[in-house]
Formats: sequence, structure tokens, C-alpha cells
Amino acid sequence: MFVPHTVDDREAMLQAIGVKRLEDLFQDVPAQHRFPQLDLPPALTEMEALQELREIASVNETTQDLVCFLGAGAYNHYVPAAVDSILRRGEFYTAYTPYQPEVSQGTLQAIFDYQSLIAALTGMDVSNASHYDGATAVAEAVSMAYANFRGKRAKVVLSPALHPQYRQVVHTYNLGTPIQFVGEDLDLQAGPEALLPYIDNNTALVIVQYPDFFGRIYDYTKLAEAVHAAGALLSVAVNPLALAIFAPPGQFGADIVTGEGQPLGIPLSYGGPYLGIFATKQEYVRKMAGRLVGETVDNRGQRAYVLTLTAREQHIRREKATSNICTNQGLMALASTVYMSLLGKEGLREVAELNYHKAHYAAQQITALPGYSLWSNAPFFNEFAVRCPKPVSEINAHLLDHDILGGYELGQDYPGMENVMLVAVTEMNSREDIDLLVDVLSEVSHD
Amino acid sequence: MTEPLLCELSVPGRRGVRFPQPDVPLAELPKELARQHFPMPELSEVDVVRHFTRLSKLNYCIDEGMYPLGSCTMKYNPKINEETARLPGFANLHPLQPIETVQGALILMYELQEMLKEIGGFAGVTLQPAAGAQGELTGVLIIRAYHKSRGDLQRTKVLIPDSAHGTNPATSAMSGMQVVEIPSDARGNVDLNALRQHCDNTLAGLMLTNPNTLGLFDENVLEAARLVHEAGGLVYGDGANLNALMGIVRPGELGIDVMHFNLHKTFSTPHGGGGPGSGPVGVAAHLVDFLPAPIVDIIEEGDEETAPLYGFVTPPKTIGRVKSFLGQFGMMVRAYTYIRMNGPDGLRAVSEAAVLNANYLLSKLRDYYHLPYDRICMHEFVLEGVWPDAPEVHALDIAKRMMDYGLHPPTNYFPLIVHEALMIEPTETESKQSLDNFADVMIKIAEEAHTQPELLKSAPHITPVGRLDEVKAAKELVLCCGVGALEAEAA
Repeated sequence: MFVPHTVDDREAMLQAIGVKRLEDLFQDVPAQHRFPQLDLPPALTEMEALQELREIASVNETTQDLVCFLGAGAYNHYVPAAVDSILRRGEFYTAYTPYQPEVSQGTLQAIFDYQSLIAALTGMDVSNASHYDGATAVAEAVSMAYANFRGKRAKVVLSPALHPQYRQVVHTYNLGTPIQFVGEDLDLQAGPEALLPYIDNNTALVIVQYPDFFGRIYDYTKLAEAVHAAGALLSVAVNPLALAIFAPPGQFGADIVTGEGQPLGIPLSYGGPYLGIFATKQEYVRKMAGRLVGETVDNRGQRAYVLTLTAREQHIRREKATSNICTNQGLMALASTVYMSLLGKEGLREVAELNYHKAHYAAQQITALPGYSLWSNAPFFNEFAVRCPKPVSEINAHLLDHDILGGYELGQDYPGMENVMLVAVTEMNSREDIDLLVDVLSEVSHD
Repeated sequence: MTEPLLCELSVPGRRGVRFPQPDVPLAELPKELARQHFPMPELSEVDVVRHFTRLSKLNYCIDEGMYPLGSCTMKYNPKINEETARLPGFANLHPLQPIETVQGALILMYELQEMLKEIGGFAGVTLQPAAGAQGELTGVLIIRAYHKSRGDLQRTKVLIPDSAHGTNPATSAMSGMQVVEIPSDARGNVDLNALRQHCDNTLAGLMLTNPNTLGLFDENVLEAARLVHEAGGLVYGDGANLNALMGIVRPGELGIDVMHFNLHKTFSTPHGGGGPGSGPVGVAAHLVDFLPAPIVDIIEEGDEETAPLYGFVTPPKTIGRVKSFLGQFGMMVRAYTYIRMNGPDGLRAVSEAAVLNANYLLSKLRDYYHLPYDRICMHEFVLEGVWPDAPEVHALDIAKRMMDYGLHPPTNYFPLIVHEALMIEPTETESKQSLDNFADVMIKIAEEAHTQPELLKSAPHITPVGRLDEVKAAKELVLCCGVGALEAEAA
């Protein structure tokens, strides 16, 4: 389909090589296993393939067909048209990793712009060029902290309010390390102070989320002080959009900031590709994994950009590297950079405030219903947990009958929370949407 | 002219996108937690679009011409992929939606798993890993879990040929394994004698790239797999070079127990300037129970009237989750589109043409560049970028000079076992004319290396920037435009 050769081309090429038939090029492949007949459906033309894919896609009910109140780490936001327009430039999406800087300044400078915006957004000194997603960025924070203490501190404190999938990924990444994880069985209502007793001089890292998985915003200043008093590091996993209106982790002393960058202009796309944000303090830059772009000059005296500190990476250090990361989420980092620059200082605040106001309106209306109450009184951004009069699974089935995608069923991860729903509200939800949700929830409680 | 940075383009008071006024009562923001200083750029939409459009023009890309990076498989990325991945029925799905509402997405994932199993010769596939390196991590953790489940706790040694990608040893170390490097023999294969010495009861496995990074099909693969299996170890296949093998041979039939696929190499999903990739992992029957969870499967069989219900299952001995949600779904849609458009014969034709192109190019260049391993190659080959009678010229100079002829250079200085390596992978999507042009340029450069070496040493000349001061970049470490520093000052 995408092979350009004519019969004559092929004959001429075989002749130049000095073999008679194409098959002669594969003599090294064991004969008994050579040329299996693949049992795959026959080829389609582009027209037919598009038709088939459209049919498959049409089976799905999307966040355009349903009113979406589902979040839990991925959020339904508006993506301005210019973002995808830039992403669709072949110069960006059909380029490789910028190993040859003379012909890759576009990608390199865009990454430098990205690093700059992420540093500013998080209040940190430096950002890398990205990790795969919010979960793997946290796992990389663990590896970095462990390496920072040269393995002498073997304990990592995980907040139980860190996204359950992030914690699962951290555990998988550390199946082969001696790191001991503590904290996950703590009382969910207790807040960050509950982590303090776990922090001692064997602690490498403490990981919290901001807002946490339940949507709560805590001031981590005291926690940061305790972590630093013990000589350990603090890592904060963020929703980057929240940082437009809430104090950045750099301000309260985070050593590492990770995050899921999806809210910054990346479509939901059934869970990926997303963007892993990773930023840290200048003093840890050489311990950080992932690609980094630095500013320099060329031999003509022009300012230019290049991948730097590559001696940290796997292709140089091999088994001594702290991470094996190679390909990251370059195009998604570009999407977030275009998004952040389009919205800018005012637009980012505006959309974050819209999320805040709408979520608070929804919370107020829902909790005015009999049988519904807020699970926590802590401040929140665009997501909150609600105690419901019935199991969330039952309520969500009812909501779906009204074309509403209900909130996340917390009982899936936290036994005993079967009646607690995590509701996300964004700028995409109109007052009518919220009122409809409240109406249907009210029906449920009356059933 | 140098393109300014976003922070330099910023004009206070300017803005791009606007959002609707709030249609709900305003809630009070908690003052003690409120952000005070927010140093983000202020630009119009026109500013932003022009900035990124100007930047894009500083890039070389596949849409412009050949991109012969060895081991990277820079094939043409079909435009239809970009359409299918953006169909609203795929792009606007939340990953935690009830399965009843996402049957289309699950069917696509299930079918893609089945296709990759068929192509690779495996019993199970996970689509979760985000990229090749994460696929490797998944695979090595599966190997580790397999041995552990059998009580073989002492099996922590992973053998890695000296021609391997750097991700192989880095992955093994991340997984708590000990890395032992295995030399290559005179024909570029895994040295069986060296391998044999390490086949004992501490062996966890062998990580094998086949075709290897010299572009050669390992003639010892069956024997190497036999030795490893006999010693109780498993064989990991680095699928980075699968583009040479589709419909040619199934890696699973060669004794590979676990292998990652690179959807962004073999299956035409774009590289995006450094990702997103996608690294599904295939496993043999004895490893299916260890795959990461969740796996897409049919959870209720259908009948004549009702369609089967697709959903998620958790393999009984799963290593756990390696990524949030379900993997790089958008890349899966692209790869599915590509496989459907090629069909079984098309995929074989892809691999045949990839190998034909590499051998054709090699036939044109072998009289001008030293070929350290002289065999029929697979989809790529490695030359030495140095001549005894032009000692001041290095592979790097050749690479930089290629840019003056409007071409992207090959991978250089890898694999490490070839001195001044130039690793060339044309891929199947280059025409004979494109390959002829590339060969002509390389031959011309070989001649220049002997007659006008200064042309190579000072190259590139026509690119937006010349050679960069990489030492300054690493020494002075300017990693952001200064807004981060402004934030620190205010805080």
C-alpha cells in the first residue's frame, strides 16, 4: 500500500544486489519458519478503511453524546482549534527525536518553550521534556529520589489519596527494587498530617497529590517542613490546570513536581496519549531522568537549542542510567505548550476559575438533596467526593439512562466507599447540565 | 533570523482564547491557598500560530524527505491514520467510561491484540506499555515474575549482546537484574561460546534484538534460544527491528518468549518529534498469566442475536499496571488502520521492500564505505564513516554534510561495536529514485572527504543553524527562558 516500487524497479534493484528473487534475501531466516501465512483480514483501500473505522467508532458513546461528570485523572476540557492545527503540521509530527539539532530547531525550541512554561506553572527551576503520563512520572520521581540517596534511604511514603493507578504503577516499577512503601493504609479523612509519623531518616521521598485523588486541596507547607527536617524529598503530583489559581508546589517547598498534563489541551482519547509532567529544583537536575533541552550558540554566533546532559541517559550510561526512558511524549508536550500559550496568563486563570465555580455550584446543589453530602470539607478545585444514598454503580446506571456519564465510583479502589461518587465539573458543563444531573440524582434518592 | 521564545513574544494585556462568562454563582476562592504570581505569556492567537509555524519550518521531517535513521524505522506516516485517530467516536472517550458505552474502542483493542499475536507468533498481548522502553520493562518484569513464581529467586542474570540498544541494560537494571554483556562473533551474531558460559541456574534470560542493530539476522537465534531455555532462562526479543520480519518469520516461532512491538516504528504511527510511541508486549503461552492488567477480552460470548460483550480481565499472576488507564489508545487506532490497509500480503510486502531497499542501498555504497560485516542485510546496515586516507574526517562530519544536500543523516556512533558507525535504515516507503539520490549524495561526500575535507568539517552550511556548542549547553545549563526564575523571586 505504501511501497512505491514498480515491477521494473524491483527487478533493477534485485539485479544491482546480485540476487535473482526477493526470497533470496531471506536465506538467513530458518527455512522451517520462513514466510508463514498470516491469518489477518485482507487489505482495505483507504476509503474502505475509513468506513470501517467510522463504523467501529460509531458504536461508542462519547463525551459529546453524554453529559460528562467523570474525571479521576482525565478531564473533559475544551481544546482550542489552533492546538490541533499546529499538531497536524508534518514538520512536527513526522519528525524524529531531535538528535540532529541543525535540522531540528523547531522541535528543540518548542521543548525549551515547554520546559519554560512548566517551570513557571509549577514554580520549579527546571522541567524535563516529558514522561509518558502522570503515573509514570511519579514512578520516575521514586527512582530519582532513591538514586539521590544512593540507595541509603529505602523508604517511600505514599499518600493513600494519591491516584490508585499511580500507586499501582509505582509498585510495578519497583518489583525489583528494595524500596519499602508505607502510608497507603492511612485514614483517608486524616489529611497530610497523618503522613508525619512515617517520615524519618530512612525516608527518601514523600508523595502527595494536589489536588488529591478526591479533589481536595491541602496546604502542604508543614508537611514539606517535616520532610526536609528529616532530610527527605517531597514530590507533589499536580493537576496543572489547578495551578492557575492555587499556589504552585514550588512555593510550599516541593522538591519534585509531577503531573498529568492531559488537562492542558490534550483530548481524552480513551486514556492516551497523555503527558507526564516532571519538574524539579536546579540542584537535582543531574539526577532527573528524561530528555532536556538547553540553550547554547552555534558556530555562527546564533542562539540555538540542543539536547543536553545526555550523559544521564540510557543510550550513554546503559545499565547505570536511573531510567530506561527514550521516546517520551514529544507531540503531547507540544500540544500543552500551544494550549498554555494560546490561553496565556488570563485564559488559564479564566478556565480554572470556571471549573472552580461550576464545581462548587454542582456541589452545593447536589448536597442540598436529601441523602447526599460532601465526603470532605476540605477546599477543592473541579472535583469532589459525594456520599450518596445508594451504591454509585446503581446511580450511574440510572444517570446513563438519562445520557449522563456519572462520576467515578470510589468503591472500585477503596473498599467501603461504594456509596461515594467522585464528581468532576469542567468548563464544558453548562448550568443546565449540572441542573439535569441534580434532577436525576434527586429522582434516584426518591426511588 | 532567530525566532524569539514565547516569553519574549509576550505583551502584557494581550490574549488568545476567551471562555464564556460563568453561568453559575461565583464561589469564593480560599485566599490562603490562592496563587499570587502567575508568570505565563500573554499572546494573541495569531502570535501563537505564527510562532509555532515559524518553528516548524526549522525542522526536517519525513513528509519532506528520506529520514534513514537506523533502528528508528522512520517510514512514511499515512495521513489517513491522523483522520481515524481523531474520529469523535475515539477522541472523545473518557478512559473510565462504563464498558457498555465503549464497545467500539474495546473491539478495536481486542482485534489489535489478535493481529499482533498473529504477526508475532504469541499467545497473549498487552497494549498498555507507552513506548518501546516501557515494553522492555514490562517484558523483563514478566520474566522476573515467572522465575519468582517457580521459586527460582536466584535467577537475576540477564545476558545482553554488545550490539544492543542502551535501553536493554537500563531496563534490566531498573528491574533489579544483573547485566552481563555478551560479545558478538565475527559474523555479527551472538557469540554462542560466550553465551554458553553464562547458561547456568542464575540465568534469568537473554535480551536479543533480531535482526540485530547491525541489520543482520542472527544466524544463531535458534541455538541461542535452545541454550537459554535448556538452562531454564527465557528469551526477550527487542522488537525494534520487526519491520524486517512481518510475514517473513514470527519471532515467537524462533523461541522468543516475550517481545515488545514498536507501533511507532513498524506500524507507521508518527514519531512526533520524540513520542508518543506505543510498545505493546507479546508473550508465549507460559507467560500469559503474568501480563499487566487490565487486558481486553470477550467477557460474555455473543450469539446470533446479541453481540459479544468486550471488557477487561486481570491475568491471574499479573505484574500489575505499568501505565495509567489503557495505554496510548490514539496510537492503537493508527496501527489498526495501518494493519487493516495492508492486510497479510501487504505487511509481507512491507518487510520485503524494507529489506530490498536496504540491500539495494548497500550495493550502491559498499565500494565507497567500509562495511565491517559483509553479509546480506535485513532492513538496515552499518558502515564505517572513516577512511584511512582521510583521517581527519569522522562519521559526525559525514552526517552533518548530508544536511547540505537536503537529507537527514543516518544514525551515527551506534551500534557501539562499529568504529565511527553510520547506521542506515531506508525503510520500504522510499522509492528507487529516492535511494539513488541518497546513494549519490553519500558517494559525493566520500569523494569530498578525500578532496575537500574542510567542507565536511565545517558542515552543515545551509541549515538554519550551524554546529552547536554542546559543551556550553551542558556547562551553563540554561533550561528555561527565565519565567521560572521570576516565579522563584516572587515566592
